[in-house]
Amino acid sequence: MKKTTYLALSGIVATAGLLVPSCSKPEATATSTPGGFSPEQVADTVYTVLAADRKVYAKQIVNRLVNEEKVIKAHENYMDEKTLPLPAQVFRMGAEEVDTVDNKTVDFSYSLQSLWPLNKENAKKQTDKVKEGLKFLVDNPTEKKWTGEEEIAGQKYFIGVYPDKAVAPACFLCHNNHPDKEDSFPEFKLEDVMGGVVIRIPVQ
Amino acid sequence: MPIRFNRQFQVIAWLLLSGGLAAWWAHIFFQAEDKTALLPGRTSSGHYQIELQCSACHDTKPDGMLVSAVSNSACLKCHDQDLEEADDSHPPIKFKKPENRPFLAKIDAQRCVTCHTEHKPDATGPMGVTVPADYCTYCHQSTVEERETHKGLGFETCATSGCHNFHDNRALYERHLALHSLEPPHLPDAHVPTLDSLRRYIDSHAETKPLAPEDADAPAGVELPAGHLGNWSADAHALAGVNCSDCHQPAGTGWQDKVAMQTCAGCHADEEAGFLRGKHGMRLAAGLPAMNPSMARQPMRAEAAHRTLDCTSCHGAHDFDTRHAAHSACLQCHDDPHTRAYGNSTHFAAWQLEVEGKAPAGSGVSCATCHLPRVEDGQGGHRVEHNQNANLTPNEKMLRPVCQQCHGLPFAIDALFDRSLIQGNFTGLPAVHNESTDWSRQRAIDRKDPEFLELLRKSSASPDNKENTDP
Repeated sequence: MKKTTYLALSGIVATAGLLVPSCSKPEATATSTPGGFSPEQVADTVYTVLAADRKVYAKQIVNRLVNEEKVIKAHENYMDEKTLPLPAQVFRMGAEEVDTVDNKTVDFSYSLQSLWPLNKENAKKQTDKVKEGLKFLVDNPTEKKWTGEEEIAGQKYFIGVYPDKAVAPACFLCHNNHPDKEDSFPEFKLEDVMGGVVIRIPVQ
Repeated sequence: MPIRFNRQFQVIAWLLLSGGLAAWWAHIFFQAEDKTALLPGRTSSGHYQIELQCSACHDTKPDGMLVSAVSNSACLKCHDQDLEEADDSHPPIKFKKPENRPFLAKIDAQRCVTCHTEHKPDATGPMGVTVPADYCTYCHQSTVEERETHKGLGFETCATSGCHNFHDNRALYERHLALHSLEPPHLPDAHVPTLDSLRRYIDSHAETKPLAPEDADAPAGVELPAGHLGNWSADAHALAGVNCSDCHQPAGTGWQDKVAMQTCAGCHADEEAGFLRGKHGMRLAAGLPAMNPSMARQPMRAEAAHRTLDCTSCHGAHDFDTRHAAHSACLQCHDDPHTRAYGNSTHFAAWQLEVEGKAPAGSGVSCATCHLPRVEDGQGGHRVEHNQNANLTPNEKMLRPVCQQCHGLPFAIDALFDRSLIQGNFTGLPAVHNESTDWSRQRAIDRKDPEFLELLRKSSASPDNKENTDP
């Protein structure tokens, strides 16, 4: 499974690299470079690949094998249970694999975040800007993204937040019934914005 | 009246002292076998075996000169597989996200040497940790505020009380604790996996024919000590069709009385790799002469001081009786209280019953049962993990591959948490209780965890649900 993830993520990195050939500096600038792409365009491109890969994993792996052919289950503790990892876990593995790649053509990182995180450790690290972006997308579910800039530990970042919607019952049922769900969390339903894909690109 | 030396005497004395010092250093550096005088400080128990191979850890410049820096890659040369198998809870990559940068300003968790600095004996704690034991406070401050069970607990107890580890939490994460919290001290079907690699080898190699003494192909002139042929022909090697020349004349070489470890590795690669990662073989892996008990910091038998460690140290030369390797081979060298107490333990009693054929295979507990456990080999069977250090420290690493094969998790955690019980080789019952399984069980109930509630319902309905207090 991990090998598959590596390959998928290698594809993401390679694709992102191919699509932004003229952003040759290690750090992107806040505005477009001559003949190049802006951080927002890079983030949009990365998100396109991420969304496509998520869709493929959900449809061709999880839904086909778990729901249609019923040959394997998907479980949060996939190693212990010898099952498929959940889509959100594969997404996180991919994000960590991207972090292992040094000297990317354009540096970027991404993560899946929510205003109602099941893992409280994630809530502690959520910046005000991410919260602002997530809230915007929850309040405006037809919007495609929210963008902004923030500074963390002396480094400025372009930040793009893209909606993560409950595209299948499995998504929101898992969250609604999770033992770590707090009483204050909403009951999600189909097409609700449950969180967002946060993409950061360092800028000068 | 002060003594006065003239100028000439001072110069001669300085020259003699400097020359003597230089000669001593030259002797240590170029000639002496013992170079410990060059060490800047005593190393930890995990690295003393290779402390004189500086380049095993320290980076080198392009010109070959060593520098004081130790990069992660040097650590990972030996520890990468362990961390991978441990599903490391805090791999450096986890800290690379921008939102983690404020935490890194407090403690640089991306570098191994932030917490594990060598040559600092006064600052080195268990597991070679050289930062204060309350290091969890840097990032997990809010946990003690959010969880009722954790209120008032000191951060110095997180990783020292059998509850959490920085790297390996495979047996300590909340779901595992909760789902195993109802288990009795002794499981109904208590046994470790049996080994069937010989059967699987024979099944998958149809051409294999067992060899008899008359099939031995040792060339004429090779003197065979008494018993060699008998031992070999009754052993797994002869059953698998491995003849004298396969080990003593590998790849068409001349006859070798002493079989090289690389020859064993030709068929037993996993075993060799594990051996080289453990304390028994790490010197060989670092390019140093083999370990022997005289180098050990643990108490060893004096008469074994110069037994070198390789495959045949434990497995013998032709009588490859794994029961010897699993028990009496260890006692040839080890002489610490834990080892000496083994003979009076219930584990040993169970081992004796198994060896005598009075109990099922896998029901006895030898030294190897715990320290060289049987792990999944990725091919549907099991193999022996020959890295004796893989599950040794922190000892909670032993829970899943070893203790939980026979014991319920709450009992096993208590046993590993009781230092005097360990010293006495588990003779008796744990005198301490670790509440982690209680807390996890209660939290699962409070959160109405459906998975746990289902387990609770089945457990309550089961006719086997009788309190078993017999360890």
